[in-house]
Amino acid sequence: MKFIYHLFFLMTLFTSVVAQAAVEDEYPFDTPTQQAQFMRLSGQLRCLVCQNQSLADSDATLAQDLRQQMYVRVKEGQSDQDILHYFTERYGQFVLYTPPVQENTYLLWGLPLFLFLAAVVIIGRHVVRRKTL
Amino acid sequence: MIPEIGHLALIIALIFAFLQAGSGLLSSDRAKRTWLTGVTPAFAFGQTFFLLFSYLALTYLFVNNDFSVAYVANHSNTQLPIYYRISAVWGAHEGSLLLWVLILSLWSTCVAWQLPKQLSKSVATQVLGVLGSISTGFLLFILWTSNPFLRLLPFSPEQGRDLNPLLQDPGLIMHPPMLYMGYVGFAVAFALAIVALWRGELERAWAQAARTWTLVAWLFLTLGITLGSWWAYYELGWGGWWFWDPVENASLLPWLVGTALLHSLLTVSSQGIFKRWVSLLAIAAFSLSLLGTFLVRSGVLTSVHAFANDPERGVFILILLGVVVGGSLLLYATRAHCLTSPECSLGLSRETLILTNNSLLVIACATVLLGTIYPLILDAMSQVKLSVGAPYFNRLFVPLAWLLMLILAVGPVSRWRQSFHVAVKPLLWSAMGVSVLIFLINVFVLQLFWQVALTIALGIWVVLGSTIAVWLRTQFHWQAMKHLSLRYYGMLLAHLGVVVTAVGVAVVSFYSIERDVRMQVDDSLALAGYVVTFKDVTPYQGANYKSTRGQFTLQLKDKPVSAYLFPEKRVYLAQGMPLAETAIDANLWRDIYIALGEPLDNTGETWAVRVYYKPLVRWLWLGGLLMVAGAILSVFSKKKKEQHENPLV
Amino acid sequence: MKIRWFNTLPVIIFIALLLCLWLGLGRDTNLLPSALLEKPMPVFTLPDLNNQPLSEKQWQGKVALVNIWATWCLPCRTEHPILLKLAEQGVTIYGLNYKDDYQDALLWLNQRGNPYQSVARDVGGLVAIDWGVYGVPETFVIDKKGNIRYRLVGILTEEAWQKQLKPLMDTLQEE
Repeated sequence: MKFIYHLFFLMTLFTSVVAQAAVEDEYPFDTPTQQAQFMRLSGQLRCLVCQNQSLADSDATLAQDLRQQMYVRVKEGQSDQDILHYFTERYGQFVLYTPPVQENTYLLWGLPLFLFLAAVVIIGRHVVRRKTL
Repeated sequence: MIPEIGHLALIIALIFAFLQAGSGLLSSDRAKRTWLTGVTPAFAFGQTFFLLFSYLALTYLFVNNDFSVAYVANHSNTQLPIYYRISAVWGAHEGSLLLWVLILSLWSTCVAWQLPKQLSKSVATQVLGVLGSISTGFLLFILWTSNPFLRLLPFSPEQGRDLNPLLQDPGLIMHPPMLYMGYVGFAVAFALAIVALWRGELERAWAQAARTWTLVAWLFLTLGITLGSWWAYYELGWGGWWFWDPVENASLLPWLVGTALLHSLLTVSSQGIFKRWVSLLAIAAFSLSLLGTFLVRSGVLTSVHAFANDPERGVFILILLGVVVGGSLLLYATRAHCLTSPECSLGLSRETLILTNNSLLVIACATVLLGTIYPLILDAMSQVKLSVGAPYFNRLFVPLAWLLMLILAVGPVSRWRQSFHVAVKPLLWSAMGVSVLIFLINVFVLQLFWQVALTIALGIWVVLGSTIAVWLRTQFHWQAMKHLSLRYYGMLLAHLGVVVTAVGVAVVSFYSIERDVRMQVDDSLALAGYVVTFKDVTPYQGANYKSTRGQFTLQLKDKPVSAYLFPEKRVYLAQGMPLAETAIDANLWRDIYIALGEPLDNTGETWAVRVYYKPLVRWLWLGGLLMVAGAILSVFSKKKKEQHENPLV
Repeated sequence: MKIRWFNTLPVIIFIALLLCLWLGLGRDTNLLPSALLEKPMPVFTLPDLNNQPLSEKQWQGKVALVNIWATWCLPCRTEHPILLKLAEQGVTIYGLNYKDDYQDALLWLNQRGNPYQSVARDVGGLVAIDWGVYGVPETFVIDKKGNIRYRLVGILTEEAWQKQLKPLMDTLQEE
């Protein structure tokens, strides 16, 4: 029963704005879309000081400053691309957690896909032709 | 005195390991060499004895705060509670390696004791030889570059630098030993594979023996990974439970291959096919364990976890890796053709499904490996710095996991050498129909995220598939069900564990709520139908830390207080290192998680606080525990019953 | 026999992997190359030590070092004597004072000596972000046109000067 209750609550979650009278968000936003954008983007960037934490999670001073910059830009209504560009312009592609799809990452993105297709073909052929493996 | 004795014990252990390797590898069935067969186990016992002695010596040094030993001085402190002083032994590079090699020798001892009963004495001796070689390599590594008994003389410090506060935690005490039991345990299957390739034969009995050893290793590894994830969640303070961190990936790689190995051992022991696969997977599982050891100790990858950043050590491990893995793969390349399997017809049989299962696991493993070392490759070749983070891994791993769940449902229902039983096909189609229907309802009526809906639907598909499998065997008659082997129930339990973990992952990933807020004393925050109130903030003194402890209350809206939570902001005195201790109210359906950030004003009454709502997060680890439980059942399953089972099912 | 070549794949893949790992040894994973190489230095207007406005234009025209420093930064103390020595030898060094207190900075330079031709005080740290700074100390090499040509992360040691910075600056002088 409790689970159904939780599920029901969760479903209405992303369509409503949770009003906070008593407590102020560290980074208050006007709309949940902006809030979501902020959370999404700061999770996609690497903290350069504590290099294995995202910008969202890190407590380092630089991370706080960078989060502030992101906050300002999200509030201004900038697009994902523009905001990320601000960071990569200054810190290079290393700051992105998701490697972009470009010439030097074709292998990275392509190899798993290639392996998968190869497996499909090899197994498929053997299943159809009933051969030994 | 004690450090020198400990050091000496290590050297003696090395000698024994070397002798074990030599006598094991040189033994054979030829007349003049049979005496080696008798002697090898003795060398294994000797190695274990002296390693245990050395390990206990190191522990003694920690407990007695002997700071003349560099390793103790760097990782302990007189204020450290005694149980952490004991666990600090494996808290850093040198000590953890000693534990690694001790565990390997313990496995060797078990092998010397049990394997001759499962297979022949000569096979067991050769296996011991392989294990001895690995021990020798690692002991050389320890003595050459990572000696825990080095002294800080003549000026030894009066006080130690303290154990890293992150490691001062019960969860962390258990995590490394469990992992090492797993990593090192795969060495047994590895050694069996080497011996099989060398001898050019891999019989069903071999696979049955390997199955037990691999199961035990696998279950420890699963437990270790589960513990690590759980620990990271409550200790690191930002609600994450898996970061695709290089060191985490290093533990996942052997796990994936180990799972594939377990399933392949089934095919060999039951049908005698896929022998080459099995030997290759066995080599791969342990190789990945070694690779993991390299990655975390050589400074090649950035990680929160990295043990050591010493290129000299890196070179040594790399050479070790090259010799062990390269040598075994070379053996595979030249001898694999000797392992012949009978012709098998595939089609939609269990063999095909297991083959598909293995392929998916191997692809997943390759993907994680690629993503982990890609930054390294790119940097080495073109000086470009790129990072590969969670989004990459999630995007590629999750679809593979879904495909695996798809197959998981039908695996137990499938049959060897034939397609599905005629009675089963309509049932399977109905089950599929039900699952699709549930998916559609979830997406369109309940408006869930499609990824969550898909995971739930697949979970139900697996449960239905397993139910059909049980029906096929027993028609649900109580008598028949009692006669199902423990191994069968173990399989069901482990598969259920996979489902539980998957559903937990999906729900917690999409439906967590995080609030980053400023709170003053008496402020309340409404979250997911709960009300979290900041009551008080008080200073507190621990054994070796000072802290500020917040008091929060938790209650359902308009209901009485159901829990008190005390997150802390600690400062460990030895090095002034700050650490936040989270407070969690947990049950099976959700966690409410509070972490104190920084004080926002001088009165100490206003704080930055992070509050999380994490639905079904416990399912993640519950699933892991179910997998472990399933494996334990399988280990204790009696062999005789297997032979009486219906060969068609 | 026909499957034999197949069996050699694992070994070959492994050797390739080993090679990659070997190449990776000894690299410092924390050092990032600047994202602004060959690009003009960021535009800024900041107060200098006399509280007068200082812009990047005043740093153009000479081959110079731009040193990011702060009084609260311990490693900066280690490199300071070397900076003084270089300044005496005629190397142009500009300073970017990162997230520091005005009075502290003045006191520091008075006590230890001032190697900088001019100092821009980035109290908020925003300009440093534009430069892609992620730690202190860092030192950039700029050319006559004001383009960034190199970034050194960490303490400016004698070795770093001799091996990395000096040769580059000499080359840039010729341009």
